Amino acid sequence: MMRPTQRLSSRLNRTEMNWREKLWHINWTLIALLAAIASVGFLNLYSAAGGSLEPWAVKQMIRFGLGICILIGVAVIDLRVWMRHAYLLYLVSMVLLVLVEVKGTIGMGAQRWIDLGFIQLQPSEIMKIALILSLARYFHGATLQDVGRPVFLLPPLAMVLAPVGLVLKQPDLGTAMMLLMSSGAIFFMAGVRLWKFGVLIGAGLGAIPVAWQFLHDYQKKRVMIFLSPDSDPLGAGYHITQSKIALGSGGVFGKGYMMGTQSGLNFLPEKQTDFIFTMFAEEWGMMGGLFLLGLYVLLIAYGYAIALRCRSQFGRLVGLGITTTFFLYFFINTAMVMGLVPVVGVPLPLISYGGTAMLSLLFGWGLVMSTYIHRDHPIGRRGSYED
Amino acid sequence: MYHDNDRSKTFSRRAMMLAGGKAALVSALAGRMYYLQVVESDKYTMLAEDNRVSLRLLAPPRGPILDRNGIAMAINQHNYRVLVVAEASPSLDYTLDALSRIITLTDHDRARIHKETRRRRSFVPITVRENLSWEDVARIEVNAPDLPGVLIDVGQSRFYPLESLGAHILGYVAAVSEADLTNDPLEELPGFRVGKAGVEKIYDLALRGAGGTSSVEVNAVGRVIRELERREGEPGVDLTLTLDIRLQEYAAQRLGDESAAAVVMDIHSGEVIVMASTPSFDPNAFNRGLTPDEWKDLINNPRAPLQNKAISGTFAPGSTFKLIVALAALESGQINPAQTVFCKGHTEMGSIKFHCWKKGGHGSVDLIAGIKHSCDVYFYEVARRVGIDKIAEVARRFGLGVPTGIDLPNERNGLMPDRDWKRKALKQPWHPGETLINGIGQGYCLATPLQLATMTARIANGGLAVVPHVARDHIDGKDATSRSAPNWPSCGVQQKNLALIRKGMNAVSNEPGGTAFRARIDQEGMWLSGKTGTAQVRRITMRERETGVKKNEELPWKERDHALFVAYAPEENPRFAIAVVVEHGGGGSAVAAPIARDIMIEVQKRERARVAGSAGGREG
Repeated sequence: MMRPTQRLSSRLNRTEMNWREKLWHINWTLIALLAAIASVGFLNLYSAAGGSLEPWAVKQMIRFGLGICILIGVAVIDLRVWMRHAYLLYLVSMVLLVLVEVKGTIGMGAQRWIDLGFIQLQPSEIMKIALILSLARYFHGATLQDVGRPVFLLPPLAMVLAPVGLVLKQPDLGTAMMLLMSSGAIFFMAGVRLWKFGVLIGAGLGAIPVAWQFLHDYQKKRVMIFLSPDSDPLGAGYHITQSKIALGSGGVFGKGYMMGTQSGLNFLPEKQTDFIFTMFAEEWGMMGGLFLLGLYVLLIAYGYAIALRCRSQFGRLVGLGITTTFFLYFFINTAMVMGLVPVVGVPLPLISYGGTAMLSLLFGWGLVMSTYIHRDHPIGRRGSYED
Repeated sequence: MYHDNDRSKTFSRRAMMLAGGKAALVSALAGRMYYLQVVESDKYTMLAEDNRVSLRLLAPPRGPILDRNGIAMAINQHNYRVLVVAEASPSLDYTLDALSRIITLTDHDRARIHKETRRRRSFVPITVRENLSWEDVARIEVNAPDLPGVLIDVGQSRFYPLESLGAHILGYVAAVSEADLTNDPLEELPGFRVGKAGVEKIYDLALRGAGGTSSVEVNAVGRVIRELERREGEPGVDLTLTLDIRLQEYAAQRLGDESAAAVVMDIHSGEVIVMASTPSFDPNAFNRGLTPDEWKDLINNPRAPLQNKAISGTFAPGSTFKLIVALAALESGQINPAQTVFCKGHTEMGSIKFHCWKKGGHGSVDLIAGIKHSCDVYFYEVARRVGIDKIAEVARRFGLGVPTGIDLPNERNGLMPDRDWKRKALKQPWHPGETLINGIGQGYCLATPLQLATMTARIANGGLAVVPHVARDHIDGKDATSRSAPNWPSCGVQQKNLALIRKGMNAVSNEPGGTAFRARIDQEGMWLSGKTGTAQVRRITMRERETGVKKNEELPWKERDHALFVAYAPEENPRFAIAVVVEHGGGGSAVAAPIARDIMIEVQKRERARVAGSAGGREG
């Protein structure tokens, strides 16, 4: 079997590249796409503040700048380094998750973050990446035959369910779902048979009545309201009803920048965070909404291209896992504000105001970028330089 | 590396599948967007507008009410209110403490303010106190820096500068009650007042005007962001009355403390120039809000200050009714004016004795003498001949027993009895003796002072069915137009008969021996012609007649006679008709006639001054 890339580009096949060379190989189109999406966010946050950089737009810009630095930093680190430290990262994330759980029990209500002073660290955000890295590492060395053995699938399944359980307990249904789904995507890409998914999904559906008992009242309420939002238009259904009004009244061409009435007059709740897409689509109409959708699709397609182009299974799985997580963010958020899925509190990636999500997303794209830079590096079973 | 190649293929295939799934989901998003933003867009646009735009009603200023000379009787006054906005004040109690050093605030006020603050959003101003004096306003403004969150607001409130003068005609305004609700959205406005009595009530729609609207943009919590559109309403019409408030004032003074009413009207146009009813009340009290004690005093006063006795008080017309009896007799041809009846002080019907007011009798009495001396025996005989049905029929044509149709609420019908009425109302046959009793204006028959004035006006104007009114213009709903020249229908009586009645009335006032001769007007061209009436309100027993009928002064107020007087003036070319009723006042000639005379002198003096003034104006 010929592997043209390996032969033609001996330079890229070098086991060692210095960081200058790596910087040279940074994919600026990817960064431009990220910046384009983030700019839509800045524009929106400026409007959400009633035509002011304060209090959101400037902070968001700074975070994006910081995020891009992190992205580049992550990208130049050798993919193998990430692979070798995948389990460690996973362990650290688990510890942090437990810590948050403990702190949360001591404190009041749902505790999801650890205050580091300059930033509020959400362990569940790190876990999203750590889990992808760990699963990618686990499946990196696995043959299709390995993957075919059910017993082989038990460790990664445990790896997934442990954080999902902790996150559910926080309780953060949105993140739990995302962890499950992005892991599912990796299992799928690794070659797990479809019928196995069928069994798991079937078991999951069967467990719903049981799981329902463990849901918090507010979560039950959210699901009920999703099923019938008009039942409580002034209460908890208010969010989704107002969001649909804002979207619908935007029409094809929108009300004009900074002229959104639903958002400008605060009928739309959380307009700078979870419901920012609604605000954008109110002011820019369906055209604006489709444009943004297009940007996201482009970015995701780019992620796919990078993943598919990668030689190592680890890189491919990481690239696709991150891309899929990103897709889930974007899909769940937009579907939620349009009333297609229940309100679960997932931000619109790179656009919603918020530091942790922005930084962790760019960290993730940093890994994709690293996959791109190190696309031709063959990686051994355990992350060694040789096959 | 074989397995890696295999894996890579699987990966690529599955990546495509995953991508396909994602594409499907993205298509669903785009489809949903299309559904919401194109298909359902109109619906949501409307909902968004509903959210955003709030329509507020603007209260139009209520129309002022003026007398015939343009003197203001009802106006709108600035009502200074002090308001507090909870969110603008660091602490409500601190602000209220500071405020209470300037104006008095009761604990009750404070409790109400706190309660309202909890109920409303924190930016909604809450009324602390209304009707502040200008001094208080000034002191609050000066101390404004120490009063965070305190606002002064100017509203409009109804004010009646003449207080009790003309109060019965004006009526008053008060908060809207369930019964007042029409479909006017103005009624929903907080603090909106509607007319509850008098012309304020009957012309309420015209006085209200039309509300304007202001569409404002509001945010999610209801705070007004800006005004989008403003459509000014139309202020209420200026309502000019036919009353001359100076004459009204004079009449009210002249009636004094009596429970009495005086009505002066133009016999041609029907304009009511004076309509006094005493005692009166201050309509401002109703707008301000009456205390329970004030209300009790008004309600329990035996002289009924709240009642407009000119239209709502019904009295036995007494001898003033003899004019109608005489007219009915002449019209029916039952008497000849020259025919005489002999009055020996009483007459009999069966076993019942009917007394004349003059114990010794009047001797031989013809029509003119009968009216002049108000001889009861003469009218017993006349009434007996004419019969009650004919009397009642003529009486109704002259406005008795039927509403005059004046533009005021709560007008009473009075009562003109006939056989039919008694059969229906009392389920009893008519007793012939009752014809005699009613023939001198006693018994069942009742009339309001306005009806008596209208009757007199119709006699004086040549038998035209003039209808009294108090609004100068014709008002229909919300529109006011000038009244067309009056074209009253005829009462259907012969002029020569009316001339005889007027001759009798002239004799009453201007011939020595007439019952009102002492209350005549001497001034040239101002002579009045009238008819006295003294309505008995108690039964005089046989025994009392033997020992001598008690004088009014000896009786408790409630048992005293009503004093009545009707008249027109001037004698030549009559212009004004008057009716004066003094409840339990005593004799018509002694009590009512002098009042009527004085009022008629003033009325005619004012008329002369007006004519002279306008003539002078033309020359200059």
